[in-house]
Amino acid sequence: MHLILFLLFAGLCLAGAINLLLQSHPINSALSLIVVMTSLAVLYLMLGAEFLAAAQVIVYAGAIMVLFTFVIMLLNASREERTLGSKAARRVGFPAVTAILAVIATVILKAQGLGAAKLSDGLTDAKGATNLEVLSTVLFTKLLLPFEVTSVLILIAILGAVALASHDGSKPEGRTGGR
Amino acid sequence: MTILQFILWSVLKVAVVTVVLLLGVAYTVLLERKLVGRIQNRWGPSRVGPFGLLQPLVDGAKSFLKEDIIPSGVYRPLYLIAPIIALGCALISIAVVPFGEPVSIAGSPPLFQIANVNVGLLVILGVTSIGVYGIALAGWSSNNKYSLLGALRSSAQLVSYELALGLSVVGVVLRAGSLNLRVIVEQQATQGMLTWNIFGGMQFVAFFIYLTAAYAETNRSPFDLPEAESELTGGYHTEYSSMKFAMFFMAEYANMIMVGCVATLLFLGGWTSPFGDLIPPPQNLFVHALFPIFWFVLKVFSFLFLYVWVRGTLPRFRYDQLMNFGWRWLMPIAIVNIMATSLWLAYR
Repeated sequence: MHLILFLLFAGLCLAGAINLLLQSHPINSALSLIVVMTSLAVLYLMLGAEFLAAAQVIVYAGAIMVLFTFVIMLLNASREERTLGSKAARRVGFPAVTAILAVIATVILKAQGLGAAKLSDGLTDAKGATNLEVLSTVLFTKLLLPFEVTSVLILIAILGAVALASHDGSKPEGRTGGR
Repeated sequence: MTILQFILWSVLKVAVVTVVLLLGVAYTVLLERKLVGRIQNRWGPSRVGPFGLLQPLVDGAKSFLKEDIIPSGVYRPLYLIAPIIALGCALISIAVVPFGEPVSIAGSPPLFQIANVNVGLLVILGVTSIGVYGIALAGWSSNNKYSLLGALRSSAQLVSYELALGLSVVGVVLRAGSLNLRVIVEQQATQGMLTWNIFGGMQFVAFFIYLTAAYAETNRSPFDLPEAESELTGGYHTEYSSMKFAMFFMAEYANMIMVGCVATLLFLGGWTSPFGDLIPPPQNLFVHALFPIFWFVLKVFSFLFLYVWVRGTLPRFRYDQLMNFGWRWLMPIAIVNIMATSLWLAYR
């Protein structure tokens, strides 16, 4: 049962990723990316990481990709023009991609105990009931510093966006709607 | 229980819940038309059947039989898939809602809930956040300025208020210590109405935030800017006709019911009686199973009543007021509520 579901959603994920590259219209690519994100969430779910799966759907498929489509709709971006790519890309790019993929594949295949560990290991307590509590304990004790640093980073990004947006002398208060 | 039995039971449960939900959607439309009619001092639908009770069926038949017009300038694949996304997402999230106690008969899996998921609340939030695409894609693919404006407004509004919505339920989750909807309800059920999150749990601020954000999330008045008739002719579904329009319509009402269910579960004690153990639980198994359903439906119904009442009372916000209110008031209040709840829980 798990295998069937895994093959189904892994296939969907790959198909979405390939479609993302092949589509010429940005909104189709964005939608394919949503398919990729959502099927990844299902894969997380099958590994026992319920919270991660839900967060993946809410944050990536929900919030971030909505902003993507929002921007595409606002700019009314049209079909991208097909080019054959530059010479440099063809001569260096394709061999480089092949090499990188080969290296990754070798490393993965040589890794010990591949597929033995589950994502949920260490995330469930003795009762095995909830992984939310364990996850938050780890996040707010062991990984507190990286967690806080990341949030400061995001805060800086937000401030930067506000500063860039209100650059042209208008008030940053956003009370322009009533003009 | 074999896999086959499990699948059969699941199909049965899904079928029953979907049929009941769709009937609920149809009659919520009638309820709204009747109530708004009475608020505006007229009768509302009263011709088809006794008290106009057959009106939803006639409306449904009408949407099926109408000519389906697809304008020539639309981007067809997305234009066709948008109503499916909207309605699909509206119907899926009911799967994790528990309607009553997990009674099982004749070796069945626990009834009155399709799937008891550990992160049920997050599933609902996740499905809601996917539902935005239905509206956004409908507006964009219609190739119409009013549709696009409606869709842009709606995406911005949904993304903004989703934040307040998510933050408002954190207090409840903190109190229950779980995201499982069944656990959240059972945690409130000990003393009847006194231990409901809205009263005994001191989450009334969170309830107000949830209520406001939920009205915005479902595009309902006073936050119905995405389909403001007086400005946008109809908003994101301007170019849709017949059954495709009806699908958006059904999605909106299914979302209303869904929001009512979640509010009931999180703040109003779910299927439990408001009198706690003052009324002894009935001995008859049949009554024992149906009594919680009665309370659940009553609570959801009063929520829907409130929805319509608000629509009949409040005028529409202006767009900048909407954004200001969401970001400058609701979100800070929600964060303060989270901090206060955590401090209180830590102090106790």
